[in-house]
Amino acid sequence: MTMPFYVPPEQVMKDRADYARKGIARGRSLIGMTGSDGIVLVAENPSRTLYKISEIYDRIAFAGVGKYNEFEMLRIAGVRQADVKGYSFAREDVNARSLANAYAQTLGQVFTHELKPYEIEILVAQVGATPDDDEMFQILYDGVVNDKEGFTVLGGQADAVSELMEQRYQAGLDLAAAVKLGAGALAGSDGTPLTASQLEVAMLDRRRARRAFRRVKGDELDALLASS
Amino acid sequence: MVAIRYPDGVVMAGDRRATSGYLIASRRIDKVYPADDTSGIAIAGAAGPAVELVRLFQTQLEHYEKIEGETLSLEGKANQLGQLVRGNLPAAMQGFVVVPLFAGFDAHHGGGRVFSFDVTGGKYEEFDFQTNGSGGIHARNWIKAQWREDLTEAETVDLALRALFAAADEDAATGGPDLIRRIFPTVAVIDASGFRSIDDDTIARRADALIGGREEGGDE
Repeated sequence: MTMPFYVPPEQVMKDRADYARKGIARGRSLIGMTGSDGIVLVAENPSRTLYKISEIYDRIAFAGVGKYNEFEMLRIAGVRQADVKGYSFAREDVNARSLANAYAQTLGQVFTHELKPYEIEILVAQVGATPDDDEMFQILYDGVVNDKEGFTVLGGQADAVSELMEQRYQAGLDLAAAVKLGAGALAGSDGTPLTASQLEVAMLDRRRARRAFRRVKGDELDALLASS
Repeated sequence: MVAIRYPDGVVMAGDRRATSGYLIASRRIDKVYPADDTSGIAIAGAAGPAVELVRLFQTQLEHYEKIEGETLSLEGKANQLGQLVRGNLPAAMQGFVVVPLFAGFDAHHGGGRVFSFDVTGGKYEEFDFQTNGSGGIHARNWIKAQWREDLTEAETVDLALRALFAAADEDAATGGPDLIRRIFPTVAVIDASGFRSIDDDTIARRADALIGGREEGGDE
């Protein structure tokens, strides 16, 4: 009978974390930021049909980076949870915090109990009446939740993009400024800003009455990127 | 409740009365609701199950849209509603009947479409207009006599109001224009730009202008 080698739990966790981090870093980055018009989400995504950013509920959006099938599964679970909650109780009872907690539970469970951790990082954003009321929860592959203010960067070259955002981001940006900032920061410090065909942009529009989520694309995106 | 097609879309309208036996349970109930951005639903029958049916239908349409990333076709929505009505059949057999009218703007067909349902969930597409509810037959006859292919939006709204007034004139369970409390029908227009409710002031103005017409026995 062969005996399995003893692997200390610290090593198991470290290996899993390294595995997940590598998978996430292989992808492209995504930025979420709050501004005067609402929460703006900008991602590098050449696909027109496979979205990284999507609507969860009236004031809540979802964004994921890493393995598509893994965050897509969480997105659908989130939409279901929000719709069931809104139907059972009231629309105003659906909030980002409880959704972020549910995601953290799932990711934490998968990280410790499954064969392989999810190679994803997700963002749950909720727009409020003013930028101060905006909420952004970033959830890591191991279930760790971070409450972000101002802006946050997920996936890809997150550290490098974060550094650029740190220098360039200011509170109170309007939609055009936020989109241009995102397109520039995703390109890196010496690259030319990304073009409309390389970007996926969506926003939670503070002024919209009920469903705040909308995609910014086509002519509107071209015009925003070209504005000075 | 009435749903009337015109060249650019559909007008839906409903009176405001809910009854409980011979009592008036509510003078201000709304019976026309948006189903989603491009379609509306008008309910008749048992109020409790009907309002619940609307809520479930709205949730289902929105859920589908978010999961799939695109809205259902108008035909798809109508079939879905038919299934919900079918699910109510056991309750309908005990007297809690719910029969909605469904109408919307179909981008693929480039126009408005109207669907009616029976208690078993059977779905029937109507050519130009349909009515439901206790006074529906009177409203339908009024529309039938007046409807033309080339009605404008404003004319269609007027026709809907007059049809409801005609129904209220004949049917005890249909609420007429309430001039004391200023309560008038709920009216919505659905065209290429989507579902929009006509505001109370506009409807009150139109109702004031139309009151006392032949549909209310004005010539008698």
